[in-house]
Amino acid sequence: MGISLSVKIGKLSLKNPVLVASGTFGYGEEYKGLVDINKLGAIITKTITLKPKAGNKPPRIAETPQGMLNSIGLENCGSETFIKEKLSFLKTLKTAFIVSIAGYTKEEFSKLAKRLEDEGVKAVELNISCPNIEYRKGKLNFSQDAKSTYAVVRQVKKSTRLTIITKLSPNVTDISEIAKAAEEAGSDALSLINTLLGMAVNISTRTPLLGNITGGLSGPAVKPVALRMIWEAYNSVKIPLVGMGGIMDASDAIEFIISGAAAIGIGTANFINPEASLEIIGGIKKYMKENKIKNVKSLIGTLKCPTRN
Amino acid sequence: MKKAKIKILSNYSLKKPYHKLSAYSDYISKLAKPGQFVHIKCSDNNTPLLRRPFSIYSVSKEKGTFEILYEVLGEGTKLLSQKKRENFLDIIGPIGSGFSYNVPFANSHLPILVAGGIGVAPLVFLAERLAKSKIPACQGKAAGRKNQKSKILVLIGTKTKSLILCKHEFKKLGCDVKIATEDGSLGFRGIVTDLLRKELITHNSSLITGIYSCGPRPMLQEVSKIAKQHKIKCQVSLEELIACGVGVCLGCAVNTKSGYKLVCKDGPVFNSDEIIWG
Ligand SMILES: Cc1cc2nc3c(=O)[nH]c(=O)nc-3n(C[C@H](O)[C@H](O)[C@H](O)COP(=O)(O)OP(=O)(O)OC[C@H]3O[C@@H](n4cnc5c(N)ncnc54)[C@H](O)[C@@H]3O)c2cc1C
Ligand SMILES: Cc1cc2nc3c(=O)[nH]c(=O)nc-3n(C[C@H](O)[C@H](O)[C@H](O)COP(=O)(O)O)c2cc1C
Repeated sequence: MGISLSVKIGKLSLKNPVLVASGTFGYGEEYKGLVDINKLGAIITKTITLKPKAGNKPPRIAETPQGMLNSIGLENCGSETFIKEKLSFLKTLKTAFIVSIAGYTKEEFSKLAKRLEDEGVKAVELNISCPNIEYRKGKLNFSQDAKSTYAVVRQVKKSTRLTIITKLSPNVTDISEIAKAAEEAGSDALSLINTLLGMAVNISTRTPLLGNITGGLSGPAVKPVALRMIWEAYNSVKIPLVGMGGIMDASDAIEFIISGAAAIGIGTANFINPEASLEIIGGIKKYMKENKIKNVKSLIGTLKCPTRN
Repeated sequence: MKKAKIKILSNYSLKKPYHKLSAYSDYISKLAKPGQFVHIKCSDNNTPLLRRPFSIYSVSKEKGTFEILYEVLGEGTKLLSQKKRENFLDIIGPIGSGFSYNVPFANSHLPILVAGGIGVAPLVFLAERLAKSKIPACQGKAAGRKNQKSKILVLIGTKTKSLILCKHEFKKLGCDVKIATEDGSLGFRGIVTDLLRKELITHNSSLITGIYSCGPRPMLQEVSKIAKQHKIKCQVSLEELIACGVGVCLGCAVNTKSGYKLVCKDGPVFNSDEIIWG
């Protein structure tokens, strides 16, 4: 039985729905010897900003039950070094790549997106949801506010023809409101979730474990939250969703697809098993064969819900 | 660097709380350099979630094996200590930059290795490679004892005598080993950095080819300060929590004079004058 794994995200055709999440796979090249990168659906690169960013004070990570906190703070080499040193490798790949970008203003987002479009990039992920940087003094990050979400996406949409994936924060009251704002502004797809804001304390020194005090939680611990948010977003928008948050194996990935994800992102699992994403592709295929599903698209959002009281 | 599931040859307790594990890996035994580490998945599930880093303590190219020496601290090392001969070990390695020691040095020259506790692990491997780099007196008994001055000086510090590791391994390699215990149960009474200070009074620092050190961060900071005062080049092996081990998560950052560097990719060994200890 021929099995079709291909999915479409905006103008991007992906050979399979398994992506690697931003910040967990570098710029691809780092995993060259460890993973057959060309087998992935796509790579989402570490978030870049216009200017280089040094990142936050160490310690930057802490392990928590079934998860990890990070407060990297978007350390990156900046757009020009990215274009000079990282882009050529990504272009040699026989798989799609999506460049994750962030800015402090909507204008920075569109300037960066335009610069990348000029360099031949086809798709961007708008990271409007990093919990580890202050986008605007004392204010929430863009994705915690529907109007700001709309404004950033709209600005990039107006100034480029790129495929736009908007990455949403789970640290919100109502994800469907934010998802709708991004869709209305012209986002081609949404990815969620970014990390959940959290912290951990050393009780003998009474100090936070992270240098930045708070950080973003990822890994298996966040999966139920991520899954719930995918389902809520699926019920409120029509654009495809890239589901992520705690996916460790194929069964996790299939839960996301059933709950409405058109594609899924592997994050923290890469650190534990660099080949996790390839194993997940194999596992999805196996599940489809066993369940006589020819096309992965026909699995998306097939959750059979009991009626709630 | 590769990821592999390899077979355990042996894994046993040396003395509480230390264990030694040997495993088969032709690849690591041939490629590993002193100071590099392997990243081990200690659990078979998500608890603990992340891999744990361990310095390579010795390799045997003939047998195609390598060893690590580890202290049982928390859940990860506890699970590691329960693994048995013939069990499989999920590793990524060898990782990191390692010590640079290839500078050819004259017979009279003296490298000093300073270890705190389990910090001996990478230094045994280093001492072995240094001993092989043709300093006659460092080749142990076989080479005779003509040039006593050219020994490798090893300083090991622990809280008490029973926690001292690898004294005999270093001696077998022809090293001059001195011990510091905080309770004075063996050797110098006090901390290893005070022993280092004392040794530097009797040795001509212009002959010292370098200080190589591994141990807790406060100790390394002090070693680095002493090295600077004596104008001796010094390399330290630093620890931070390491998630990916391949340089993508940017989690194991240390602050240096040229910005944040990664323990897993740029280190774990750094020139001590590069580090902003803060
Ligand atoms: C490059 C590198 C090489 C290393 N080589 C060795 C080695 O050869 N032998 C060895 O025994 N250990 C080594 N370590 C330290 C070792 O990785 C940790 O002890 C181990 O990860 C602890 O795991 P655990 O799950 O048992 O303990 P956890 O449950 O993670 O921790 C138990 C306790 O130890 C503390 N702890 C954890 N990790 C560290 C650390 N890196 N430094 C200081 N305190 C820590 C925790 O805060 C906690 O209080 C190395 C670390 C690095 C970064
Ligand atoms: C160390 C680390 C760094 C991350 N960096 C970024 C980043 O630069 N940009 C971004 O959009 N998300 C970043 N993320 C979030 C992940 O892309 C992902 O959304 C999140 O970790 C949830 O997935 P997971 O549980 O599978 O890791 C990072 C996550 C981790 C753990």
